[in-house]
Amino acid sequence: MDAIILQVLNGLDKGSAYTLIALGLTLIFGTLGVVNFAHGALFMLGAFCAVTLNRLLTLSMEVVDETRTDFLGNPLVVNVPYVEEWFGTQFGGAIIDWSVPLALLLAIPVMALVGLAMERGLIKHFYKRPHAEQILVTFGLAIVLQQIVKYFYGANPIATPAPDAFQGSFDFGVLIGFEPFTIIYPYWRLVYFCFAAVVITGVFAFLRYTTFGMVVRAGMVDRETVGLLGINIGRRFTFMFALAAIVAGVAGVMYTPIVAPNYNMGMNFLVLSFVVVVVGGMGSLPGAVAAGFLLGILESFASMSAVIDLIPGINQVIIYLVAIIVLLVRPRGLLGKKGVMED
Amino acid sequence: MGKPFTSRRGLLKGSAAAGVALAAPTIFTRRASAADFTNEPTGSTVTFGFNVPQSGVYADEGADQLRAYELAVEHLNGTGADNGMLETFSSKALTSQGVLGKKVEFVTGDTQTKSDAARASARSMIEKDGALMITGGSSSGVAVAVQALCQEAGVVFMAGLTHANDTTGKDRRRNGFRHFFNSYMSGAALAPVLANAYGNDRRAYYLTADYNWGYTTEQAISEATEGVGWETVNKVLTPLGAGDFSSYIAPVLQSGADTLVLVHYGGDMVNSLTNAVQFGLRDAQVDGRDFQIVVPLYSRLMARGAGENVKGIFGSTNWHWSLTDEGSQAFSRSFGTKYGFPPSQAAHTAYCQTILYADAVERAGTFNPCGVVEALEDFEFDGLGNGRTLYRGDDHQCFKDVLVVRGKENPDSEFDLLEIVEVTPVDQVTYPHDHPQFAGGDLGACNPGS
Repeated sequence: MDAIILQVLNGLDKGSAYTLIALGLTLIFGTLGVVNFAHGALFMLGAFCAVTLNRLLTLSMEVVDETRTDFLGNPLVVNVPYVEEWFGTQFGGAIIDWSVPLALLLAIPVMALVGLAMERGLIKHFYKRPHAEQILVTFGLAIVLQQIVKYFYGANPIATPAPDAFQGSFDFGVLIGFEPFTIIYPYWRLVYFCFAAVVITGVFAFLRYTTFGMVVRAGMVDRETVGLLGINIGRRFTFMFALAAIVAGVAGVMYTPIVAPNYNMGMNFLVLSFVVVVVGGMGSLPGAVAAGFLLGILESFASMSAVIDLIPGINQVIIYLVAIIVLLVRPRGLLGKKGVMED
Repeated sequence: MGKPFTSRRGLLKGSAAAGVALAAPTIFTRRASAADFTNEPTGSTVTFGFNVPQSGVYADEGADQLRAYELAVEHLNGTGADNGMLETFSSKALTSQGVLGKKVEFVTGDTQTKSDAARASARSMIEKDGALMITGGSSSGVAVAVQALCQEAGVVFMAGLTHANDTTGKDRRRNGFRHFFNSYMSGAALAPVLANAYGNDRRAYYLTADYNWGYTTEQAISEATEGVGWETVNKVLTPLGAGDFSSYIAPVLQSGADTLVLVHYGGDMVNSLTNAVQFGLRDAQVDGRDFQIVVPLYSRLMARGAGENVKGIFGSTNWHWSLTDEGSQAFSRSFGTKYGFPPSQAAHTAYCQTILYADAVERAGTFNPCGVVEALEDFEFDGLGNGRTLYRGDDHQCFKDVLVVRGKENPDSEFDLLEIVEVTPVDQVTYPHDHPQFAGGDLGACNPGS
């Protein structure tokens, strides 16, 4: 029982990441009709905002320690971060310690700018082109963004830890009365799940309860009619692209303590997130959320050794199997609109 | 059907096709030439082919290998700031005047850590660039594939970073050589140290990368640890590049295991180790004993990626810059002066392979691969780190001391992440060439090509 609860938690956590990326993909497809294969790269860029801030905050002055030597036998150069020098070890150290959450403040404007630049500079030229061309050009863009990041940061993963307060794990089993069973779960993964819940709720509330959101939803249903009312729907859709980029970016920032960022991390998530979008239903936001969590949990269960022993390799194909079954039975996806992907 | 070349476009197309066909030499057309062996050098230069991952999960290892290859070429040509390990190498055949009087040049290829891409880039270097020797690779799958290609093409393959037993086991080839240590050696070196540190009655759970290297390393480590009394509780394969390993880590504690062996490398090891620490395995206790994590194959580049999580964790490594022998120090000094940081084990083995090949050519007095193969077989040397070393003729595997290392608790710098716990003597890691873990392979005959 405890193993099942643990994998449900794991699935919710994986599902959070899938959903946050799929949400952005769905927003872009639902508003602009663009299949954005560069969306995983936006997630990766968000993660590297956290890496960058961490590096900026740990920029150091070099102090020579004559008592020790480096690998060449020269006196050892010890690095003391400027932040600690300026604000004291305690406060300066705390700023460095909280660099991942602080990176949200950097990532939001950066991702908004990247999103706007992408949409205005490239994507808008492909609105009326076939999906195949959109996929090609956005996939190419993703590779360019990856190579830029690789050039500056290298290919190895870069450890970016969570604040000390959220390091380690706690016994979830004791909390829900499962003593003496052990259900150990990392603090930061719970933070990530809560963060995802807040972001998803925020996006839904924005679309549901604001006038801006109402116009966007109307535009998703009938762009021309909304345009005829004198509303510049194109500008609003551009804003939605930037919003999708921000959602992917902040998802990437908060993910850095879970898996050390590397330039290729977006690709792993992109493919899975596309499956999530297709299973949920192209253009359906509730579908993306439902499918994200469903597939996350299924993947976690399929990775249990008892399941793998029973059906070897199931962990690597489960998501695609589910996608095939859903598309065979219901081509529009779980909560997709009638007509989408059915012609 | 239209008549050929009746239009300007048709003529252009035809000309282009003919041009491509004529301009692309192949191994097969070369066989028709008068050369005694593939890519026999006729000018004042000779070309080496450095085939490393310049993209993909092992790209940082590849970048460090390339740095070392360039350094080796500088030392061979006598154009570097110093002569590095040529000064400490026991063989004195090399003169820093090139190889057999010819200046060394090199071309590079990107393996992408994929066997098909690696074969394509190696083939291109052999056929188009005239590479006489291929070296590199940061994956056993790649090494095995490229080794087979080099055997067919008739060039020497000096394997780079490949740790699977199969490279000099069931997939061994007469034209291929490996300086790097292997999975068996890791197991033989690690098991006694682990038993000493953690006891003889551990219950181990394996998470294994789902490819060639993972299988042989899992087998080698489990057999070696079972030999000192450990029990293997479970072995679970994980996909290469899985990213988040939490679903595999979470069931470990429920299995009753008290030790987790992470048979992962590169980015996968960084992620799985990070996940394991996040899930509290390092702080957990099973039956009153501290839970332990073991990483069979360590590298400094990986340790840097995993950050604080490597502290106190045992593993094995081929070489480390903190070794105090003259050769290791000379190499670290030379590399560190040129690049500003110490070399990784990937860089060390890349450098050694290049020097060893060039030296064999000098001693053989010919670039003919079969002469070089003969000069390398059963060649004994010293001064390249790891003490006295034998390139065994039976399987083309180097036998030398193996290092057991542990993540340092209080590192001085980002380079000072591993401490050497034990230098396992070569006798303890030596095995017969037909040992069951290496059985089934046949070196076959040397192939000089055309």
